[in-house]
Parts: sequence; structure tokens; C-alpha cells
Amino acid sequence: MFYREAGQFKTSYAADMAVFPLRQDRIGLAAIIAVAYAVAFTGSDFLLQAVLIPFLIFALAAIGLNLLTGYAGLLSLGTGAFMGVGAYACYKLTTAFPGVNFVVWVLVSGLFSAGIGVFFGLPSLRIKGFYLAVATLAAQFFLQWCFNRVPWLYNYNVSGAIDAPLRTLFGVPIVGPTATSQTRYLVVLTLVILLTWVASNLVHGRIGRMWMAIRDMDIAAELMGIKLLQSKLLAFAVSSYYCGVAGAMMVFFWYGGAEYNVFDINQSFIVLFMIIIGGLGSLIGSFFGAALIFMLPIALGIILPAILDPFGLSIGSDTIEHLRFIILGALIIFFLIVEPHGLARLWQIGKQKLRVWPFPY
Amino acid sequence: MSFMKLKLGAAAAVLIGASVLPAAAQDSIYVPLLTYRTGPFAGSGIPIADGMHDYLRMLNERDGGIGGVKIAIEECETGYDTKKGVECYESIKGKNPAVVNPYSTGITLQLIPKAAVDKIPMLSMAYGLSPSADGNIFPWIFNPPVTYWDGASVFIKHAAEKEGGLDKLKGKKIGLIHLDAPYGKEPIPLLEALAKDLGFELKLYPVTAQDMQNQGSLWLSIRRDRPDWLYLQGWGAMNPTAVKEAVKAGFPMNKMVGVWWAGGDDDARGGGAEAKGYKSLDFHAVGADFGVIKDIQKHVVDKGLSKFPKEKLGENLYNRGVYNSMLIAEAVRTAQQITGKKAVNGEDVRKGLEALNITEARLKELGMEGFAAPVKVSCEDHNGHHKVFVAEWDGTKWQKASDWIEPLKDKVRPLIEAGAKDYAEKNTGWPKRSESCAKQS
Repeated sequence: MFYREAGQFKTSYAADMAVFPLRQDRIGLAAIIAVAYAVAFTGSDFLLQAVLIPFLIFALAAIGLNLLTGYAGLLSLGTGAFMGVGAYACYKLTTAFPGVNFVVWVLVSGLFSAGIGVFFGLPSLRIKGFYLAVATLAAQFFLQWCFNRVPWLYNYNVSGAIDAPLRTLFGVPIVGPTATSQTRYLVVLTLVILLTWVASNLVHGRIGRMWMAIRDMDIAAELMGIKLLQSKLLAFAVSSYYCGVAGAMMVFFWYGGAEYNVFDINQSFIVLFMIIIGGLGSLIGSFFGAALIFMLPIALGIILPAILDPFGLSIGSDTIEHLRFIILGALIIFFLIVEPHGLARLWQIGKQKLRVWPFPY
Repeated sequence: MSFMKLKLGAAAAVLIGASVLPAAAQDSIYVPLLTYRTGPFAGSGIPIADGMHDYLRMLNERDGGIGGVKIAIEECETGYDTKKGVECYESIKGKNPAVVNPYSTGITLQLIPKAAVDKIPMLSMAYGLSPSADGNIFPWIFNPPVTYWDGASVFIKHAAEKEGGLDKLKGKKIGLIHLDAPYGKEPIPLLEALAKDLGFELKLYPVTAQDMQNQGSLWLSIRRDRPDWLYLQGWGAMNPTAVKEAVKAGFPMNKMVGVWWAGGDDDARGGGAEAKGYKSLDFHAVGADFGVIKDIQKHVVDKGLSKFPKEKLGENLYNRGVYNSMLIAEAVRTAQQITGKKAVNGEDVRKGLEALNITEARLKELGMEGFAAPVKVSCEDHNGHHKVFVAEWDGTKWQKASDWIEPLKDKVRPLIEAGAKDYAEKNTGWPKRSESCAKQS
């Protein structure tokens, strides 16, 4: 009833090709962004630091992997390692040049990740699917080994870990222990919005169409004049860039420090699950997936005791942990049965239904 | 559109956040316990978690808490995972915790910079970052009774004693089997320094986390190198595997010594009957023949308030949990004495930890005579570098096999101070100590 495009006429080609052709969508998006910024001033520390910041960072990593796997059709299991490259690059840069604005280093560190990504993407021209996954798996193990065994990467710290030094933006600490979760959240939110906007323009433009053509049938794409090598390597570069930035943000805005095993194979799997559940080849799916995989367990950990306590059932923290796994696993299976194309597709169907509500035809 | 979920998530999270605001009760002392009863390290984590919980619970049942104030115990499950540990910390820090026990070196490293900012003291009992024993640079971090560096020095002393003197170690080969993670790498700087001083050769045998139960190739190189002594800095499934492999390789078990975390009953049991003679360092006794354990049995276990199986009471890691909670309780008690307050907060307990002085007489009152050595912490020295003994596995249980051995404090302390200084320098903007030194009145 409210969600209907009747009366909205498109009078130019630009309006016809807009990413959000419906006025309601644009209003909704603006409202969401406004709310996201407002939360910074109303949310509690726990909400910002332990829920929203990691959610945004995982969403960004998921966008990165989605560009590669969802749009270009190249399966990668090296996401964790590429995130690590970003984190370690950012650490080296900011300790070597402490005077430079930290946000610049976060964005630059992605370039290092992109370079490494291109290198490990070289086999993608010759191998596909599972075989490529194994090649990227090699990247995962090799890079993780480097994070542990190359002491230069962590500045020869005795502990072998990297930690976030104090860095400021406009005189306000944004990184380091004295930075409030509010400022961290604002920086992360702004960067994620910016990078999502860039990604959205990429996938809706020529490059995105190139990737999708390769994903759907690479021989046909080649015959149409798309250069496979360049396009595939570009996909690896852009994807690794996003993962690298996400990794740098993860260490500096969320953890405040990290060991090499933060970037292990599990990290890669978690991000891969996010895009599979959220929806391959969909930006909004990356957000859905990150929300389901990351925020749901936290929510369950809070809700379950709240539900059970009034009945006099007090359950231990370990039981909650087991229940989290059980419920999350069941939900994943449920969603994949209901909609194999992920939450993004479910969202699309929901919107379609809403357009004709209350008089479906 | 891409942000719709963000809004929903945010709205939901706001609701959740609002509903779980802590009941900041003033009539209790909130002690959160970060424990791990799930995941690959649960085997070691469960007895510790139960030991910590049961001692505090016993104080609540027997004495009505500490100084008449009940202890609010809450466990948060970390799974020995740094990510979940940080999440736990964020969820508890608003509830006015008296002290935080991360129970993982990885989580400790993440939380060290936050402790000073959030004004929450952190007790990493004989784990964590060794240099954090320097109270001038780490006023909020405490790691009594010993550091990993003390432990390694006691191992060297023990080896020297068996060889016939420190000078006899010259030309010997000493191997370190360690988990290839910050925890496992901790003793390396000290052993390297001692190797230079005493003239022995140090051989490193790292075990990565994914190869914990697959140490075949590592033991091949140990057979080739033929080290005279082995020191084991392992955790979880790595320990029983190492003991088993040592038995298989025919390594003389009485020349293999584990750090205190490699001294679980199940660690030694893994080697079967031939593991007899395997040694491990320890700073508290094993067994249930102590007043404190009997009280726990009477007030907690027999009432069905514990999750721990009755017949396993007094096992090594369970007693370690009890010891850890004893330190917490004594710090709280000291804080109450210093401040005169009943319901103490984190800042008070920090003072209590700095003035911590558990004497022989106090141990007797606690029912811990012969259970542990006296512990004293000062403002400069947040560790104390206390005595450690060597325990030996007799095939069925741990037996005390040496006297209390003093660590090589004159070697360890300068390294600690240098390490702490280095840490502060690398973290630009590390705050100078502004906390005044509290003395017990």
C-alpha cells in the first residue's frame, strides 16, 4: 500500500538506470543511515563495541568476498589471510610513519592486500571452482605462516602480537585503548558506507557486468571481447582490497591487537558462510549474512537466559554456548531450505509481495 | 537498501542492549569469570572453571561472602577464543567488576591496554605477558605468583641441580617444545639469555596449533638432536601427545619437565605407565587433603552446587582454579581493609592486589597450609617471583619431588623491566603511572 511506485515517472535515462529507482527505497536508505549515525550517540558501549563495529567490519569483508565469489564466480578460501595482510600492512605503516593520518593508512593497507591477492589469483585463469579454492587455501596457510614466523612483520615484539598504538583524527583518539567506542564506530561506519557505495557503483557498471559475464560463462564472455586474465585479476585485486581494509579495521578498531591465529582458516570460512547465507552476488546479502552469522549468536546469548530465567531455569554459560551453535545451525539449514539463494533473495521476494499488498494478483 | 538490515539490526540491538543493563547491585561484589567449557581446550578449561567457581561459591555458602558481602559470580564462555573473550569483556565491563581473569594469554594481551582505561584490574595468574610484572608500567595488570620466565629459570636450576651445578650445564643441549603462539614463545627470551650466560645450547621445537596431536616429525628431530633436557610449554591436547611421543621415542622421562600448564593429570596419564617420572613445575599442592578442599566438598559439592565430579576433587587443574580464586578473594579482602568499604570496586581491588600479602599464618587460616607458598605483591613488583616446586608423576598421580625452589630473580627481573619498557615504547602514548601506591594499613 505504501510501498508502491505508482506516480513515479522516470523522465531521463539516468533516472531509469538508478540503483534505487523507487523513492521509498531512497527514503528508507537515508533513514537507515541516519539511524546508524544516531546509534553512535544513544547506543551503549557494549552495543557499539561488541556488536555493531564487528558487524560492520564483517559486512565489509563479506562484500569483499562477494565481489570475487558472488560476482566474478571465483571461489576463494583465503579471505582470512587477505584480511591479515591488510592488518599487518597497516601496523607496519602506522608504526613506521606515525605522523600520517591513520585513516589514510587503513585505506592504503588494502593496496598491499590487493597486490598479494593478485599474485595468488594468477592461477585463476587456468583453474576454476574447487581447484581454485585449493590454490587460495595455499595463500591462507602460507600467509598465516608468515604472520607467525616473520618477526619483522610484528616489529620483533616479544609477545608476537601486534597491537594498536594511539592514533588521533582531528585531535580525537580513534585508535588505541583511549579511543571511545563512539568515535571508533563513527569512523568504521563512515568507511563502510563509503566503500559500500564504491562497490555498488563498481558492480552496477561496466566492471561488474564484466565479472558477471565471466561468472555465467567465461568462454562466452571471452568471445564477447572480455579479457579474462585482466578481469579476473581485477576481481582478485578489488576483493582483496576490501578484505584487507576490513582486516585492518578489525585489528585497530575492534580488537585493539591481534595474534597471527586471528586470521586463520576459520575466519575465511566464517566470511564464506556469510555470503552463502546472505546471498551470492548481492551487496545487501553481505550485510544480511554478517548479521545472521555474527549478531545472532550474541543475541541468543542474551535472549536465552532472559527467556529461561523467569521459569526458574538457570543454565550455565557453556550450555548457552552449545545452544547457540545448535540454534544457529538449525537456522542456517532452515533458511537454505526455504530460500537456497540466500537471505537477499528472501528480501527481494518480500519486497515484491509488499508492492502488491494488500491486493495480490 | 543495502542498509535496511543495518537499521533492523541496530534497532534490535538497542532493544537487547536496553534489556540487559546490569543490575548494579551495591550489596555484592561482582566477580566475572572468563572460562572455557567448550572447544578444543575444554579438557583443561573445565577443571579450572569449576575450581574457581567452587571456591568463591564456598565463601558465599560458608562465610556469606567476603567481609559479609556476597560475591556475585558470573561465568562467561570464551571457548579459549580471543574474539569471544573480548566480547565477554565488553559485556561485563559495564557491571562494575572487581577484577577480570581472562584465562588465556591471547585474551590477556588484548585486554592489557584496556585495563587502565576502564579502571578494571586484571589478574592473569601465572600466565599472560611476563613483562606485565612491572607495576610501574602496568599498574592494572597482576600476574602472581610467578611468570613464565621464573618457571623456565626454575627448570634450568632443577636441571643444573641434577647435573651437579650451574657450571655443569656448559655444552649441554636443552630443548624447548612449545606451542607456536604467544603463550608458547614466552620463555624463549629468558632461555636464550641463560644459554648465553651458562653456555648451554638451546634447541627450539615449535608445535603449531593445528599440529598439536601430530608431533611425529618433531620427535624425529628430537631423536636426531638428542637434547639432554626437555622443557615443555604446551597446553590442551598438545601435552598428552608430547608425553606419549616422548615415551615412544624412549626419551628419559625424568629429564622432561613441563611448565605448570603442562601438569594436568590427564596430560601425564596420556603416556601410560611409562610416563612415570615425567615432571612438571607447580606452585600449589595436589590432592584433597586440605582444609579448603574439604570445606568446598562440604559446602558446595555435597550440596550439589558444583558441576565437578566428586571423585576428581583435588586434581591439579582443579586446585589451580581454587588457588586463583583464593588470590581474588584475598585481594578483595585486602581492598576492604585498605578502603574501609564493604562493596569494593575495581579501583579498590587494584589497591588490594598491590598490597596483597598472604603469609604462612594466613594460609593456615584459609585451610591452605602446605597447599601453597606465601604470596607477596608490591607496587613495583606485580608478580613477586615466588617459589615453585617440581612435581613428579608416579604413574597414577602427582607427587611433590623437590623443595620449593627460588627462581633466578636476578636474571629474570632485569629482563622484565627491559621488556616492559620496550612494550611502553612501542605503544606510543602509553600512559605514565598515575596511580598512587597503596599500603596495607
